Amino acid sequence: MGAENGHRTLCVCEGTGCVSSKSPQIRQRLEEAVRSLGLEHAVTVKPTGCHGFCQQGPIVDVEPDGIFYSQVTVEDAEAIAASLLPSGQPVERLFYTDPVSGKAIPYAKDIRFYSGQQRRVLRHCGRINPEDIEEYLSVGGYDALKKALVEMTPEQALAEVRRSGLRGRGGAGFPTAQKWEFCRQAPGTEKFVICNADEGDPGAFMDRSIMEAVPHAVIEGMIIGAYCMGARRGFVYIRAEYPLAVRRLRTALRQARERGFLGRDILGSSFDFEVEVMEGAGAFVCGEETALMASIEGNRGMPRSRPPFPAQSGLWGKPTNINNVKTWASVPLIIGQGGDWFAGIGTEKSKGTAIFALTGKVANSGLVEVPMGTTLEEIVFGIGGGIPGGKRIKAVQTGGPSGGCLPARLLNLPVDYETLAQAGSIMGSGGMVVVDEDTCIVDLAKYFLSFTEKESCGKCVPCRLGTHQMRGILERITRGEGKLEDIDELLALGETIKAAALCALGGTAPTLWRPFPTR
Amino acid sequence: MSTINLTIDGRAIEARQGMTVLEAALAAGIYIPNLCADPDLRPFGACRLCIVEVEGIRGLPASCTVPAGDGMVVRTDSPLLETTRRTLVSLLLADHADDCLACAKNNRCSLQTAAAYVGVRERRFPKATRVLPVDDSNPFFTYDMNKCILCGKCVRVCDEVQGVGAISFVNRGYDTKIGTLMDRPIISSLCESCGQCEAKCPVGAITAKNYQQPSRKVKTVCSYCGVGCGLLLHVRGSKVIAAEGDRESPVNRGSLCVKGRFGYEYVNHRDRLTRPLIRRDGVLQEASWDEALELVATKLAEHRGKFAALASAKCTNEDNYVLQKFTRGVMATNNVDHCARI
Repeated sequence: MGAENGHRTLCVCEGTGCVSSKSPQIRQRLEEAVRSLGLEHAVTVKPTGCHGFCQQGPIVDVEPDGIFYSQVTVEDAEAIAASLLPSGQPVERLFYTDPVSGKAIPYAKDIRFYSGQQRRVLRHCGRINPEDIEEYLSVGGYDALKKALVEMTPEQALAEVRRSGLRGRGGAGFPTAQKWEFCRQAPGTEKFVICNADEGDPGAFMDRSIMEAVPHAVIEGMIIGAYCMGARRGFVYIRAEYPLAVRRLRTALRQARERGFLGRDILGSSFDFEVEVMEGAGAFVCGEETALMASIEGNRGMPRSRPPFPAQSGLWGKPTNINNVKTWASVPLIIGQGGDWFAGIGTEKSKGTAIFALTGKVANSGLVEVPMGTTLEEIVFGIGGGIPGGKRIKAVQTGGPSGGCLPARLLNLPVDYETLAQAGSIMGSGGMVVVDEDTCIVDLAKYFLSFTEKESCGKCVPCRLGTHQMRGILERITRGEGKLEDIDELLALGETIKAAALCALGGTAPTLWRPFPTR
Repeated sequence: MSTINLTIDGRAIEARQGMTVLEAALAAGIYIPNLCADPDLRPFGACRLCIVEVEGIRGLPASCTVPAGDGMVVRTDSPLLETTRRTLVSLLLADHADDCLACAKNNRCSLQTAAAYVGVRERRFPKATRVLPVDDSNPFFTYDMNKCILCGKCVRVCDEVQGVGAISFVNRGYDTKIGTLMDRPIISSLCESCGQCEAKCPVGAITAKNYQQPSRKVKTVCSYCGVGCGLLLHVRGSKVIAAEGDRESPVNRGSLCVKGRFGYEYVNHRDRLTRPLIRRDGVLQEASWDEALELVATKLAEHRGKFAALASAKCTNEDNYVLQKFTRGVMATNNVDHCARI
């Protein structure tokens, strides 16, 4: 491989995972090496967002060849740079080794983890510099916004979203267009849109990766949504524990403002819109929309009863729309490519793709985007490469603390909102934890329940005290002091919490073992 | 105000527009157990005891947060509601002190009422072993978080009604409690000791010190200032032992300040003047009201034109009006001032 074929770009992953493994230092060393070899006119070194295959990080991609270097260290920089000399050869020792065949694979497109995916929302992740709006523009960024604002009325843009069949990617799967319509129809001139970026499920990092990799896609989606609903102010409510995403979002907002995509009279459409970043204070429950709004208002993040729904009375009592990061990031695709195109893949009721953070006892962990309806088996054993160490799979946990554990016998289930709900779990926001035979389900249940117990806002009795008692019972069982009556009490408490809790945090807390009746 | 018609437990109920289902039920004399609902505070929906079944609404909504709707069909009692409420009360009791007979809120406790209604007859869950410190720093009331059920009434009244915000929910999950900024003693917080939290607390978590139950209550008006708050003085024998805000008074609708609520001891104080005194031969001696007023009138007449009046914020507007009128018209001077101006 030589420089005579054209310009090369080294895409160094600077998502949170790779940054923690020194990828910024790797990039710096690569830049130095490229300069010292006199390749600075033939090779660009740039930081990108998450490539998704976090387990193999730090990752360096050579574009346009598509060579994928995994587990790169600072010491490997010179070798990578030298490979780009006219006489250079790819650095084989940095190739990814397939866990099944044991073969080294040079190209990303041949790696099962990537080839099994259909990346739409994530298509620019790992390819563009998230801190440079020029790069986003060069791949068609903000074209959808121009199309919406210049060529479409708000009604037409909303109709396109309706045609796409997009459903809320935060986990509940409410039809997005319908939610927008409620807010649009709500009386009042002051309206808000909010991006819920308070991702908190254990093992979940989909939203963080998207904000770190393509923050402009989220902002573009929000502007289009605000245009549809007549909102003039937006908030991104984001975990303070995501400092890199916060920084990149702020940078992106500043650049969008400089380019006239935010502010007054956007693209001459006489539509005004502004977005602020609001950092959370570390409470999981603030991912619940009413608690989130209370937190933005400066109050303690505690959920309140609905109705009124945010679309009627939200932030400061005004009509408000809240959507998840992935939902917003899907909007530019829908406007750009059309609702029909978006709905071209997926199942009858769940259109488009699903994004999961695949973790746990699985060979290939990372960020995965697949068409709705893909089976769990394909995700875990195809893309995920199966269970390491020859162990048997026991279950797949989806939906975080609100979700459930799907036993191995349900691996052929297609992943969509209805099917997962029927099986006793939920689609959730995208956490997917693979559990092998060595993991005790009661232990796992205890972990998630103690998470909920700690993160309960403390407001309602069933959640605050019910989860506490349930955890106490599980503690006894895992100590080997369980009694047969404990099962009955767990089920009874579970029913009470589910029936009586104020919000979904409590209401879904006891659902984890539902598909495991015999345990 | 328009009325709406709904059905609760098969009975046709008329309610005012804007009422919650709980308010409509209570107004119609139907008890639904509740701990965190309060007519003076915004709906909260925390205790979940007032859950009901409503046709067309999923699950068990809390009646304190559901607006009563025309044609609504509500059930306040069903096997599921009973079981759920019993579990909820059992959970609360597992985390609550067991000293009802020795508790200042005995017989005035909403948790007792709810527990009696749902019929909890045994201890279902292991008793909480944690002991939280009792905050005894305020001279008028005591905070005992070991009895707190976290209904939030104290926090809400402090914020929504008093506008003080001295207390809030702190911590999360099972460790949630009511506390002050930086968890300082209540006396070192923003607290103004109005005692509204004590008045609203449905259990023994916030109690007035040395509280005794009265033998009768006397409706009156607070004598401390010109606002004219309605009071219900709690009396035992001829002694005032407590003061309660009169919710029927349009002036304060039940609210009181620290003086009105806790400053009643002067009434029965031995140093309090109950008869006029006139200084005779250098010694204050009891006199009749006629003698005293005669003396005052004589002295005032001697100082016409050489007089100044200083009015008090403790007096009503009417009293202050009369004072300036008297000063100008009778004492022939415009030297009138008011303490609030200085």
